[in-house]
Amino acid sequence: MTALLEVSGVSVTFDGFRAINNLSFSIGEAELRAIIGPNGAGKTTFMDIVTGKTRPDAGSVTFGTRSLSLLGLNEAQIAREGVGRKFQRPTVFEDQTVEANLILALKAPRGPWRVLFWTPKPADMARVKALAAEVGLADHLHRKSGELSHGQKQWLEIAMLLAQEPRLLLVDEPAAGMTPAEREQTTALLVNLARTRAVVVVEHDMDFVRRLNCRVTVLHEGAVLAEGSLDHVTRDPQVIAVYLGRG
Amino acid sequence: MATTSSVPKYPTGGAGGVKPPASYGNRSFFARNPSALIFIACLAVFTLVVTLASEAYGGGFLSTSFVKTLGKTLCLSLVALAMDLIWGYAGILSLGHMAFFALGGYMIGMWLMYARTEEIVVTALSQGGLPATPEEVTQGIANQIFGVVGSSDLPAIWSFAYSLPLQLSLALAVPGLLALVFGWLAFRSRVTGVYLSILTQAMTLALALYLFQNDSGLRGNNGLSGLQNLPGLGQTSQDLVSIWFFWASALALGLGYLTLAWVVSGKFGSVIRAIRDDEARVRFLGYPVEVYKLFLFTLTALIAALAGVLYYPQAGIINPAELAPIASIYLAVWVAIGGRGRLYGAVIGAAFVSLLSSLFTSGRLPDIRLGPLPLNWVDWWLVILGLAFVAVTLFAPKGIGGLFDRFLRIATPDRKGAPLGPDDGSLQEQEAQQ
Repeated sequence: MTALLEVSGVSVTFDGFRAINNLSFSIGEAELRAIIGPNGAGKTTFMDIVTGKTRPDAGSVTFGTRSLSLLGLNEAQIAREGVGRKFQRPTVFEDQTVEANLILALKAPRGPWRVLFWTPKPADMARVKALAAEVGLADHLHRKSGELSHGQKQWLEIAMLLAQEPRLLLVDEPAAGMTPAEREQTTALLVNLARTRAVVVVEHDMDFVRRLNCRVTVLHEGAVLAEGSLDHVTRDPQVIAVYLGRG
Repeated sequence: MATTSSVPKYPTGGAGGVKPPASYGNRSFFARNPSALIFIACLAVFTLVVTLASEAYGGGFLSTSFVKTLGKTLCLSLVALAMDLIWGYAGILSLGHMAFFALGGYMIGMWLMYARTEEIVVTALSQGGLPATPEEVTQGIANQIFGVVGSSDLPAIWSFAYSLPLQLSLALAVPGLLALVFGWLAFRSRVTGVYLSILTQAMTLALALYLFQNDSGLRGNNGLSGLQNLPGLGQTSQDLVSIWFFWASALALGLGYLTLAWVVSGKFGSVIRAIRDDEARVRFLGYPVEVYKLFLFTLTALIAALAGVLYYPQAGIINPAELAPIASIYLAVWVAIGGRGRLYGAVIGAAFVSLLSSLFTSGRLPDIRLGPLPLNWVDWWLVILGLAFVAVTLFAPKGIGGLFDRFLRIATPDRKGAPLGPDDGSLQEQEAQQ
């Protein structure tokens, strides 16, 4: 299996603190992967590096079949290459309607001139409706998204990510603040998504990770401590010592 | 732009009885933006009324100087539109846009002054019997214009002042290029918020200080004057000229309003409001945020320059004080009082505050005796304006334009604090942890 994202030998230092220390990671075209690790293990910094928010001091990050280096690109360029990111807290544009939010995310040219003269085609509107229906917001298209409940905002953001049609999806703690039923739904969605694209889930909740039933990467002090199935890593004495043993 | 089909293909069924905001769909521009149609109608009626009441074409109820004041107010409203686009919609508080306005004025002023002086010089020289040589004419013009700053050479920046088309294109090119270069440097480094405001203040202050120098080539603190006299129209009365400029200003404001209403109504408007609310998120959606900001900064600078081109021939004089930072701060105050993020709010704010300002500072209002402390309107106007600004910011953040929401019964959620952050989902959180 060829790797979609290849991170190798990456290091980042913040004011003398090594947040990421010679980290290597790779994920295939259609794969679900969970990243776990204690607070400060570098999970968020890792996502920042892949999405272009933070520039590493050393190492390389390549993406896609052409092995394009992401290091020279800014956030917007990386997003256009096909990397989507879901933040822990729902970040939708609260002052705009659900429909406007989805249209913003819809895969289309992003430059100012093209956007200025963009008008919705019937296919675009149908796609927006289908996406809204998929996440249970079909009846709320014309409501301001600020009026939605916390859970609905989470779903809207997921629909926006789908509208972007990313090839790699980075998801930060999707289960936070969700009811057990919503977790079930989220699990199914993520597993389903990973059939056609790469999905990386950063999660604290071990129950949720178990349900995802996928390969797990354990981060500790900015480096990969262990990798494999959940059962495999939870038996690893090092992992037990630094992470699971505390819980 | 306006098509006959006004039936929404995608019905806007708002929930909870809340009037749905303008949304996408195959409806005509005016059906989606009724306020644009109302605005154009009001502007047309206003123009007609002023014309019929003017000295030149009507009963003469309005003095020529008042027609000029109204024409200037329309130009200020046009800059306010630009300010609303960049601040109200995109959240970039530029405190330097009056620099672009004044630069546009300087550029058109150079042609007005040159061409007018040329007429005078040619007439004066032909008194001797022999027609003047081009060198003599140029020397005469330079003497006339620059005698006041002790120079008799025409600076290089006046090279194109003889030609109206060239100088008009400079009136857009100079502010446009300045905005492009300045914006590129600022946005590329991701300067945002109050730091960008300070930077734009520094830009306009630096320009003003430069222009105050006599050797800047624009007559130092004397500025350019006599701009109300149009070359070739020496015999035409100011009554006529004033109403012509009034029409031109009204036309520019109307076209500017329609253009900007179109810009903010579609996906572009959605993107820039998203940039205002959470620019990092917009980046992760793949939009080049900095390119959008630069685009807006330059576009609004061009609109400001155009307004300046129409304003200064009505004002008659321009000097470097017009570029002082306070001018741009006034611009922000107008937009804030009128109501940010709605185009008609900006126009109302600019018209209302600048007309009130000229009333209070005219010195014609009688002082009010309040015991030992006389209330002199000229002195106290700035204090009143400042208090009004503070009051609007605290108690009516939507400005005067917010009153229209009351009439239209558009419900606004009563929220406190700036970011409409996520609620805790407190109940769900507890359940999930159990």
